Amino acid sequence: MNARAIVVTSGKGGVGKTTTTANVGAALARQGEKVCVIDTDVGLRNLDVVMGLEGRVVFDLIDVFEGRCRLRQALVRDKRVDTLHLLPASQTSDKSALSESRMHETVRLLTEEEGFDRVIIDSPAGIESGFQTAASAADGALVVVNPEVSSVRDADRIIGLLEARDITDVRLVVNRLRPEMVKRGDMLEVDDVLEILGVKLIGIVPEDERILVSTNVGSPAALDEASRNGAGGAFRDIAKRIRGEDVPYAQLQVQGGFFTGLRRLFGGS
Amino acid sequence: MFGLFGRKRSKDHVKERLKLVLSYDRAKLSPGRMEQLKQELMGVITKYFPAAESDYDVKLEQHGDRMVFVANLPLSQADA
Repeated sequence: MNARAIVVTSGKGGVGKTTTTANVGAALARQGEKVCVIDTDVGLRNLDVVMGLEGRVVFDLIDVFEGRCRLRQALVRDKRVDTLHLLPASQTSDKSALSESRMHETVRLLTEEEGFDRVIIDSPAGIESGFQTAASAADGALVVVNPEVSSVRDADRIIGLLEARDITDVRLVVNRLRPEMVKRGDMLEVDDVLEILGVKLIGIVPEDERILVSTNVGSPAALDEASRNGAGGAFRDIAKRIRGEDVPYAQLQVQGGFFTGLRRLFGGS
Repeated sequence: MFGLFGRKRSKDHVKERLKLVLSYDRAKLSPGRMEQLKQELMGVITKYFPAAESDYDVKLEQHGDRMVFVANLPLSQADA
């Protein structure tokens, strides 16, 4: 993707926006980019806890917007990857403090003055002002969708709103796919979702218990290089594709299925 | 399309339902308004084609990146 400011959005809540932001941000940083992840979910701050940085938050996005601190003072540097930074949302301020022009200026400062290669903006759920502010400074978008009816419908709505904002670099992350359900015809396939939404794919992330485990301890799964399959690896692949690498899509395996067995036999994961 | 015992796979249901609901969403038209349109359209059509059958079909279809309103109005054999 050519976009340097990428909004992560979905319309529907609970489909994995924050998880995607944390993991793709962490993977991009591990791959050598200087990355800032911004939480724009004012009042419901969560990106800090998902990334395990909650103890180091001093100032937040609204403090920056209202001039109570300088941008650099609000940035929280990650413990594990020193090119990864978090700009947290405010947990208390009301949404009226959000402003598209200030968001725009903040992202401009990050990319032009502070030397960030990439800014990943975690949008709140919904299609109201929170989403609009998050999208206002973006020149690209990752739309996170789960293969189920309400998520796909909301994603379609969000894609329309992104188009209305002239954000054309829009890519789809199909999250929480369950291969065994797809196999028995009880879950939409990735191709179905792509056909319905008409947007280009950038990643397929399988449902993976390790995501919950990794958020429990506040360490993005994408940083665990040992887990090659599963969600962590899928998020690393998304980061590579954002950087322009041509990464083939991994064959998703049904747990305990024929292919898994075969791979084990040959010493694969 | 159909699995064992002729059971339609649930993903085929959801795909059809999604396509339908999104066509209304994209056209910013509720299914109820569509039914109204159908009734009114029928009034006009029968004025010019008395032989028009009541069994006809209107729907929204996605053609590439544009929505198309499709009406299929068969005329009865005797008068057509």
